[in-house]
Amino acid sequence: MKRHLLSIDDLTREDIERVLGRAESFAEVSGREIKKVPTLRGRTVINLFYEASTRTSSSFELAAKRLSADLVSVKAAGSSVDKGESLKDTIQTLSAYDPAAIVFRSPHAGAAGLVARWTRASVINAGDGKHEHPTQALLDLYTLRRRVGRLEGLNVWIVGDVLHSRVARSNILAFGRMGCQVTVCGPPTLIPRGVESLGCEVRTTLDDLGEADVVYALRMQHERMAGSFVPSLREYATRYQIDGRRLAPNQLVMHPGPVNRGVELSAEVIDSPQALITHQVESGVVVRMAVLYELLAGGPPADLMQGHAPLSAEASEPQPA
Amino acid sequence: MSPTAGRTLPPVGQAGGLDHALDRQPTPKATVLISGAHLLDPRAGLDGPADLILRGGAVAEVGAPGSLEAPEGAEVVDAEGLHAFPAFVDPHVHLRTPGREDEEDIETGTRAAAAGGYGAILAMPNTDPVVDSASVLLSLRERARAEARIPVGFTAAVTMGQRGEQLTEMAELADAGAVAFTDDGLPLRSAGMMRQALQYQRLAERNIALHEEDPALSADGVMHEGEVSALLGMAGIPSISEAVMVARDVELAAYEEGRIHVQHVSARETVDVLERARAAGVAVTAEATPHHLLLTDECVRHLDARYKMNPPLRAEPDRQALIDGVRSGVLGCIATDHAPHAREEKEEPFEIAPMGVTGLETAFAALYTELVVPGILDLGLVVERLTAGGEPFGLSVPTLAKDASANVCLVDLGAEWEVGEGGYESRSSNCAFAGRRLTGRVRMTIAAGTVAFRERSFAIGAVA
Repeated sequence: MKRHLLSIDDLTREDIERVLGRAESFAEVSGREIKKVPTLRGRTVINLFYEASTRTSSSFELAAKRLSADLVSVKAAGSSVDKGESLKDTIQTLSAYDPAAIVFRSPHAGAAGLVARWTRASVINAGDGKHEHPTQALLDLYTLRRRVGRLEGLNVWIVGDVLHSRVARSNILAFGRMGCQVTVCGPPTLIPRGVESLGCEVRTTLDDLGEADVVYALRMQHERMAGSFVPSLREYATRYQIDGRRLAPNQLVMHPGPVNRGVELSAEVIDSPQALITHQVESGVVVRMAVLYELLAGGPPADLMQGHAPLSAEASEPQPA
Repeated sequence: MSPTAGRTLPPVGQAGGLDHALDRQPTPKATVLISGAHLLDPRAGLDGPADLILRGGAVAEVGAPGSLEAPEGAEVVDAEGLHAFPAFVDPHVHLRTPGREDEEDIETGTRAAAAGGYGAILAMPNTDPVVDSASVLLSLRERARAEARIPVGFTAAVTMGQRGEQLTEMAELADAGAVAFTDDGLPLRSAGMMRQALQYQRLAERNIALHEEDPALSADGVMHEGEVSALLGMAGIPSISEAVMVARDVELAAYEEGRIHVQHVSARETVDVLERARAAGVAVTAEATPHHLLLTDECVRHLDARYKMNPPLRAEPDRQALIDGVRSGVLGCIATDHAPHAREEKEEPFEIAPMGVTGLETAFAALYTELVVPGILDLGLVVERLTAGGEPFGLSVPTLAKDASANVCLVDLGAEWEVGEGGYESRSSNCAFAGRRLTGRVRMTIAAGTVAFRERSFAIGAVA
């Protein structure tokens, strides 16, 4: 694996297989009464969140603690960011504590990539604007593979607000890399122009939803609907809600959370055994443990002895094209 | 009489009519013998080795190589192996003065221009405060007379504060020396306001330069809308955002018999609209920038804010259409839209970093390396488009013909260099071509009769 996890694009299929396999072994640890292993003892993980998050930040915290890392969590509100410190200065300040990894969430696309230029630590993108959320995609793959036993050949429909969804982008890439056939579906105003180039098909109605093995519903973000991307949530729900009528008994339902009950999913679907939503949340911790492990301790033993890579020239300065 | 009889187009097209409105610091006129350079000036029909004597601010003599004697006290420049072009004119430069002198000022901006081979530039009015009153304009002109290395013309805003609500005192601003009017950086969102500006143009007698985009279509876009924006999840600025505004404004210009200049054309659709308008006789000119001619949205893949500008880098078919437009003349001049930004601002994430790139020091070399060397455009044509920037505004086009004002740049077409290796003359370093190896280096620039730039390593001959 590369030193950072910024995008699903950074991962080969083999890398993904390794992370999923590692997560399986951590799942065994999570079943014990003492859920802790000493792997990252003495190493520091910094959780730096510039955007509100519950499940991502708490699962990264738990993951780091179960690996025995020293954990520091920094939220933008109340920190020096509030005092006008630039991102670069914040990163250089935190890097002075010599963290092994920085888990970084930002409202801006590409921000994790910028951070990676300014630190020796491994940078894990915990969501950068509408760009990517690679660990969400990995836990989705893990959850689905646990349930179905395979990923290859599955037909996955991603339904909803693709335009504003970092989860959609990471998942289109991730499902595609693992051999799934991916279709995105939503109102034409919420499908980005050119999205086919990511390797998916585009539909604007649920007419052919029957071909899906897995329906991945996206959160309809009220706060982003101000630009009237859809005339009303009511009309959206009428056309795109996954409900008991539309869902066949053999189809599975996933959702990155938090769910708007009665908008993108009906209550009966959320509560049905076909829904993997709570399994996705459970998987968050073990998959994030696996990501930390593979980035920080997964290399050959020599690497472990040497600690992390020295700061290269390219790490400090933006490189010319 | 027809309703339009007796009305003429605003007389902004008369070559040289507004040269008097350019300002620069007082500098004695140089006497120079340039010997043995390859003169290339397509408009004057010059293409071959010759000697050139500049004296008293003008081209005093042009003669066969070795035929001219150096006048008394002349600097002799041995230009064997170099090309001499008429100095370039950039109609679109942000000097950031007043307000952001940390990013650029009149001295550094004109120095950067001279280093790029420019003999004159036009400065945009989107400063802080905006150039929307004669008092701001006159104070800038006074500063330029103290600091500018090459002649600078100042443009003034079309609307007060560039808010698009109320016209500036365009007639008084024109009298005070505004070379043109523009709300550059922002479109004139109201068609009614645009129409009034065109009506008032009859009084102000200056061209109106337009930054064209429909704010509702651009919305919160930060890059070209296309495959790359879909991959990155970033809000896109569709190419039609530009084209629909240009279509609106050529119709308004036709109706009001006005004259407009479209700035930094970026989209294929816009080139089509311009072609049709020109064929229909609309008085519309347009410019293209080196970055739109040479780069595409592929550059944005890694979210380097150095590639963030407005209009955005577009897709390959757009780029090809721009090249065709430069070739055909629909895009009659090349402008850099030199837009300096502070380093810390460009180090922010792409979505919040400011838009704009510097370009004065690299324009010729980038175009030469990427378009002339591979045989896509003729050298003569590129030189012509680089010198033509003042023409839409009633400024004269530099030429090497005898008796013309002495505007010359000497270029070594064989020299390779890496952009940024020796720093920049500009106060900012947000150059879209930073780190690239380019061919073609400006060795010396003479602007309106005086030596405005001389590369430090460029050996000068003995004084005769």
